[in-house]
Amino acid sequence: MSEQNLSNHFAIETRNLNLFYGNFRAVKDVNLQIVPRKITAIIGPSGCGKSTVLRSFNRMNDFVPGFHMEGEILFHGKNLYAPDVDPVQVRQYIGMVFQKPNPFPKSIYENVAWGARINGYKGNMDELVEGALRAAALWDEVKDNLKKSGLSLSGGQQQRLCIARALAVKPEIILMDEPCSALDPIATLKIEDLMRELSENYTIIIVTHNMQQAARASDYTAFFTMDEDRAGVMVEYGETSQIFTNPRDKRTEDYITGRFG
Amino acid sequence: MPRATLDRQLHQIQDEVLTLGSMVEQALVKSVDALKRRDVTAAQQVIRGDQAVNEKRYAIENGIIAVVATQQPMAHDLRFLAAVLEVIIELERIGDYAKGIARVCQRLEGVEIPIPSRDFERMAEITVSMLHRSLSAFVKEDASLAHRIPDEDEQVDALYNSVYHGLITSMIQHPEWIDHSNLLLWVAHNLERAADRVTNICERTVFIATGELLEMDLDDYEETE
Repeated sequence: MSEQNLSNHFAIETRNLNLFYGNFRAVKDVNLQIVPRKITAIIGPSGCGKSTVLRSFNRMNDFVPGFHMEGEILFHGKNLYAPDVDPVQVRQYIGMVFQKPNPFPKSIYENVAWGARINGYKGNMDELVEGALRAAALWDEVKDNLKKSGLSLSGGQQQRLCIARALAVKPEIILMDEPCSALDPIATLKIEDLMRELSENYTIIIVTHNMQQAARASDYTAFFTMDEDRAGVMVEYGETSQIFTNPRDKRTEDYITGRFG
Repeated sequence: MPRATLDRQLHQIQDEVLTLGSMVEQALVKSVDALKRRDVTAAQQVIRGDQAVNEKRYAIENGIIAVVATQQPMAHDLRFLAAVLEVIIELERIGDYAKGIARVCQRLEGVEIPIPSRDFERMAEITVSMLHRSLSAFVKEDASLAHRIPDEDEQVDALYNSVYHGLITSMIQHPEWIDHSNLLLWVAHNLERAADRVTNICERTVFIATGELLEMDLDDYEETE
């Protein structure tokens, strides 16, 4: 991953990205440039390929039978799908937080330490765990109960624990797939504020069905929809304030004003 | 506390309103001073500066539209943003009045005519003081202060009436001054209207603080308008 070239100006860059499940082309010709240390939201109706794109960024789709890709996903100038790239290493640099909080049935401490242990981390584990929990704005709530099960936490706390777990392996990019859809409005706003804080040090890409969340929480927004072949296409990509006040494409306008989708 | 982004954006808008207010205060004082000193260069600066005032107003307006579109403001936050949309129009208009006074200064270049500068200065002084405190009330969302400020408009109205009668008398005594005295009437009119605009800003502050939309303008002048 050390290869450098001009494209490391972007955190991730896709070039003519096409994603397939068997013969079905789920995503068509996406050229997307993710700005580092910003929050980028991907929005669009169900089936537009937004989660497929997100998952391709840390090769989570490798597990899906029949999945294959064409084009390139560049990270530090290197195609993430090049034959010599180790997907496990990709996931260390590009972490993921899922829709439903999924802590392991272990202690809070072990949940956070897990990734580092697997990677053979030799440093001070207590410091690493505390740092990750602080960065995830959870430390103050759990510091006296680190041995309690991660599953004993509330939904919002569990999601922050999962964010801490992702942070503990020192990623550059955090992918979030509908991270708040299982949370109440206050827990949702806490996660959004946390995302804002994390964006000082990390690049965040979030897929969300919640248009208001994309509007509130992101710096850039990409709008995806389906074309006539039901393949996901990126219609428009720009600064969030522009997309939500003056979209350039009528399909974006129709979607964000609730007249389509 | 959640909504850190929204809070930051609201604060930023508030700061920009204060900047706009300060630009307008300076323009008003400078225009009256230019007229007193018959300084057409200073008048030209006020006229040019109005462009920056207008641009600031539109920048704030665009910022508000972006916040409404992206942050779903509710209750107090929504009232604040709606009120600011009105307040920036009032401030921009006060800037226009300053520009109008600067134009009169230009048109009176080389004209031998007495100017009631002391009254104009006093009107501008009271108006700027009202404006300054109205923006302070706006920032603190102090409805009680906002309620008190419009009373001071009476002093500006009294000065306006005094200047008005003085200029009419001078027109009768010196018919050759009619055109130019008419320009000076416009200066008085602009200063009087600027103070009225401050009253509108106070109304919006009460709206932010209480949700109540009030009509505070009980200006005698408007009844005869």
